[in-house]
Order: sequence, then C-alpha cells, then structure tokens
Amino acid sequence: MDTVTVRKAPGHWPWIAPLLVLATAYGVIPFIGTSYLFEAILTPFLALSLAGLGLNILTGYAGQLSLGSAAFLAVGAFGAFNFNLRVQGLPLIVSIVLAGISAALIGIVFGLPSLRLKGFYLAISTLAAQFFVQWALTKFGWFSNNSPSGVIDAPPLTIFGISFEGAVGRYLFALTIVTIFTLFAWRFVNTRTGHHFIAVRDNELAAKVIGIPVLRTKLLAFAISSFIIGVAGVLWAFAYLRTVETGGFNLDRSFQIVFIIIIGGLATIRGSFFGAALIVIFPLILSRLGQLFLGDIFNSGVLEMSQRIVLGALIILFLIVEPNGLVSLWDRLRKKPLRLSRIKTIN
Amino acid sequence: MDGFDWIFFSEVLIGGLLAGVMYSLVAIGFVLIYKTSGVFNFAQGAMVLFAALTFVSLVERGISFPLALIATFAVMILLGLAIERTVLRPLVNKPPITLFMATLGLSYILEGGAQLLWGTQVHALDLGIEDTPLEISGMLISKFDLIAAGISAGMVALLSIFFRYTRTGLAFRAVADDTFAAIAVGLRLPRIWGAVWAAAGLVAIVAGLIWGARLGVQFSLSLVVLKALPVLVLGGFDSIPGVIVGGLIIGALEKLAEVYIGPYFGGGIESWFAYVIALAFLLARPVGLFGQRPVERA
Repeated sequence: MDTVTVRKAPGHWPWIAPLLVLATAYGVIPFIGTSYLFEAILTPFLALSLAGLGLNILTGYAGQLSLGSAAFLAVGAFGAFNFNLRVQGLPLIVSIVLAGISAALIGIVFGLPSLRLKGFYLAISTLAAQFFVQWALTKFGWFSNNSPSGVIDAPPLTIFGISFEGAVGRYLFALTIVTIFTLFAWRFVNTRTGHHFIAVRDNELAAKVIGIPVLRTKLLAFAISSFIIGVAGVLWAFAYLRTVETGGFNLDRSFQIVFIIIIGGLATIRGSFFGAALIVIFPLILSRLGQLFLGDIFNSGVLEMSQRIVLGALIILFLIVEPNGLVSLWDRLRKKPLRLSRIKTIN
Repeated sequence: MDGFDWIFFSEVLIGGLLAGVMYSLVAIGFVLIYKTSGVFNFAQGAMVLFAALTFVSLVERGISFPLALIATFAVMILLGLAIERTVLRPLVNKPPITLFMATLGLSYILEGGAQLLWGTQVHALDLGIEDTPLEISGMLISKFDLIAAGISAGMVALLSIFFRYTRTGLAFRAVADDTFAAIAVGLRLPRIWGAVWAAAGLVAIVAGLIWGARLGVQFSLSLVVLKALPVLVLGGFDSIPGVIVGGLIIGALEKLAEVYIGPYFGGGIESWFAYVIALAFLLARPVGLFGQRPVERA
C-alpha cells in the first residue's frame, strides 16, 4: 500500500469533469435511458460505488483492510427497514441516517481488534463481523419482522414530500445520496482528520510520534466507513432490489467490494466508481458474449462459473499490470491520448 | 455439579479436539506458504476443493483409488508450479496485501475452474472408513473422526520430519528465515516456491479427501478455509505447532460452546464463535500462543 498516494485530478479545473458527469447524470440520462439501464445497471452501480467509497476510506486512506463490508451493508439495509417499520411517522431520511449510525456503531465494535491487530490478522478478524451479522439477522426473526419467507418489501421512497417512484425515480434517489456522500468524502480526505488517516496508513509509528491519536483515528475510520457502507446497503435494498434479505449480503459481496476498490484504485474517490462500473458491467458483457459465441452450452451454471474465473483472472491481471487501478490507467490515457502504445512500454 | 453429565461432556470435548485436528490440517497448508514466501494464500480452500473434486471425479470415471490419488497429486503439483510461474513471479516484491488479493483472485479461478470442469453437483466420497461410533470407557466416539485425526496427525509429523531432516526442508527453512541470505548462498527462490506450492497442494489433497468424505465434495468444501482462519489467527501464520494447538483449542471450545451455550442463542453459533475465541484470546494475550514477537501482530 506504500505506493499509493493521494492523487489530484489532472488539469487546472479539477471540478470541471465531475461537474460535467453530474450534469449528464441529472440532466441527460434520465431522459434518454431505458428502464433496463436504470434497474440493471445504474442503480446497482451507484449502490456499489457508494459501498466502494466507504471501504476505500477505511482501506485505501486509513490502511485497514476489511473483509466484512457486506455485514455493514446488511446492517444498513435492515436498520433502515426496522426504523422505518417500528417508528411511526419517521421520515425516510431519518431512518437512513439512523441506519448509517447503527452501521457505524457496529463498525466501531468490530474495529476494536484494529487497536491490537494489523494486516492479515486484522483482515481475518473483520470476517467475524461478516459471519456474526449474517447469523444474527437470519437467526432472529425480529429483524425481518418475522416474515415467514425471509423476504420483505422495501418501503416507498419519499423524502421531503417528493416521491421517488419508478426506475428513474429510484435512480435519481440513489444518485442524490451518492452525490452527497461523494462530496463529503472528497472534502473529508483533504481535512486534517483525513490526513491523519493517511498518516496512520503510511507509518503508524511516525503518526504516533507526531501526536496523531492513532487509536481514535482507526476507530473513526471504521465508523465513517461503516456509516457510508450502511447507507449503501439502504440503497442496495431499497432502491435496487426493492426487498430486504440476508442472502445477498454474503462473503462474496464483501469480496466484491474489495475487488471494486482494488480494480478501481485504492485511495482515490474516482476509483470506487470505476471499479463498480467494471464489476457491474462485465458480467452483463460476459453473458452476452457467451450466448453469442457458445449458444446453448452457455447456460446459467456455466455463466456463473466463467464469471468467477474471469473475475479472478481480472483481479490478478490488474494487480500485475495496473496495480494502481483503473484510475491510473485513465489518467495516463487522458494525458497522452495519442500514444496508446506507451502503456505497454511503461509496464 | 451433581446433574452434570461428565461422559457427555467428554464426548463433546473429544469430538471437538478431533475436529480441531482437521482444522489444523487445512491451516497447515497456509502456514507452509506463509512461512516460506510471506504470501497469505487465501486460495488454500479453493485448492482443497479442486483436489477433492478432481479426485472424486476421477474415481467416478472408473479409475482405481491409488491411481486417482497419484493423478490428483500430479495435477496439484502442476497447479502449484503454474501458480508460482504465472501469479507469484510477476508479483515478486509487491506488498503482502497485493499478494493476498492475488490469491483471492486465484481462489475465484480455482473454484470456478473446478466446477466448470467437473460440474457443480454434490459427489459422495467414500474412503472406506466406516462412520460408526466407537465405545471407549462409556464414551461414544466417531471412528471416522478418530481415523481422520490420526491421518492429520501423521501428516503433521511427516511435514515436521520433512522440514527437519531433508535438504529441501532445510532450504524451505532457510528461505523462511532470511530470504536474502538464502538467495546469497545460491538457493533458487522460484524453484523453492514452486516446491512449497506443490507441498501445499499435497496438504490440500489430504484435507480435501478427509473433509470431502465428511461433508460431501461440493462447493462448500472451499469454505473449510473459513474454519481454518481463526486457527491461524490464534496459532500464528508461521507456526506449525501453533496451528496444531490453535486447532485443538478452537475445535474443543467451539463444540463445547455449540452444545452448552448455543441453545441459549438459538444455535448455529459455530459460524462466528471461533473468531470470537481467537479475538478474545488475542486481546488478552496479544503475543498469541507461541509468540515471543512484538506486542502488536503485524
């Protein structure tokens, strides 16, 4: 992780590109997109991007690898569901914030080992969160309102009297929340506390020496990261799946989020979006290609297995060829668009 | 403690200890690779699955038991060498976390590949060991568990002897001790890593056969790695004695908790209880089981 530094977007106006993307996302896409685009691609992309953003703050910036992200997604989703269900008349936005706070509190509890353990020992202890939360949510029917099937419907998305209905509405809902958190994260990593995170990641002893409260910083990283991942869980369940269930928040999901930040680029805000885009789109491309070339042999079982293989190979390829992720590939392409062949020589 | 059923307690305890030995068996695969190359090989579970699935599919195609074993062993050696050549060598000198990620990717490839090759259905694996309870001074103990634990113990002894008394074992230890010194005296690092991965493949076969006979050979077999991880945290990633004792502790406590504490929580606590044991232990004694290392584990 020592090769990763804080990168600034190239160009003189670093805010121009994000602003253009945002303008397109709000002003153009809702009018031209199909409902397939919103439901199968954009909404899950936004939810996973936000989860990646949350994990990136913990792993990319603060240097604490977590393998239990899906647990915090689940806490967020079930938290929002229960606050919404059990407190009459609670606005949805408050439920979401409370869900984030619940995730943050649980994040702090499972972040406690980080005060004693480092590296792989810590990564493995975060698996405790994964298994414990998954177990608790399946074991105690109260969390899912004793629904016999274990599948529960998400409430309608209404904030400040505005109802976000239909595929486009849910997309805009997710987009707005992701935008808010992205702005927050973008500002945050340049604050003093954000720099504390990086200092703890790069050299814990030195950070301690210059007076950074290392333990508090680590727990804060767990809290902020879990809060954001919790909110991402709300988006995943309420805006994308429209149902709340434990099955989707398994270990594979946790790994998926780790893959997102690895492929996208550690310690970059944009990286989470790049990584999530690849993770969402590539299975779709793979299934299309498979059907095109292999036809009937390419059934869902084969698809699932080949997805695993290709994903695994992609990870390894990225680690070897482009260890700083899609972000650095993107920056290089932008700086020298005409000299594509240079990529090979650099590597 | 009048109403306490000591016989039942001992049965649970011994069952747990035997299961613990089987956890250690998986954990040793990790230790082998971590000790010599500093790579935390998350793909060990996938290798267990790959080995078991290959073996059982060969047997189902009418190949005799020993022949299938040899063939599987050959496959695992080739696999180990291929992994060293294609994944590890390009990533030499990268941060440990990068290598860990690579093995995570590798586990996806192996899991997908094994099932794409041999199918996703559950295979029964019969090792010819009867799973009948054995009565020893009033206690009922599974014969299968006893034999499995015996095989695991034999495996551990074999590895220890190998490390201690053979030239290759000496080379392994030299690399683990001081990689640069090992290179300086002329040891060929890639070759040794290849050998270590092949050895881990052999451990994966044994673990795969035993666990496969217990659980059935299927995808969930690669999840035994999740049972081995707390053992590793407890025993230390680089200590064979550590993971054996760690396995025994975790196996015993886990089974006891499942029987005596589990009912209060509605059961099913074994998915996370081992992690809690490992963490609680480390919070109380940060140096771990056999550590004389710095206070913080890195």
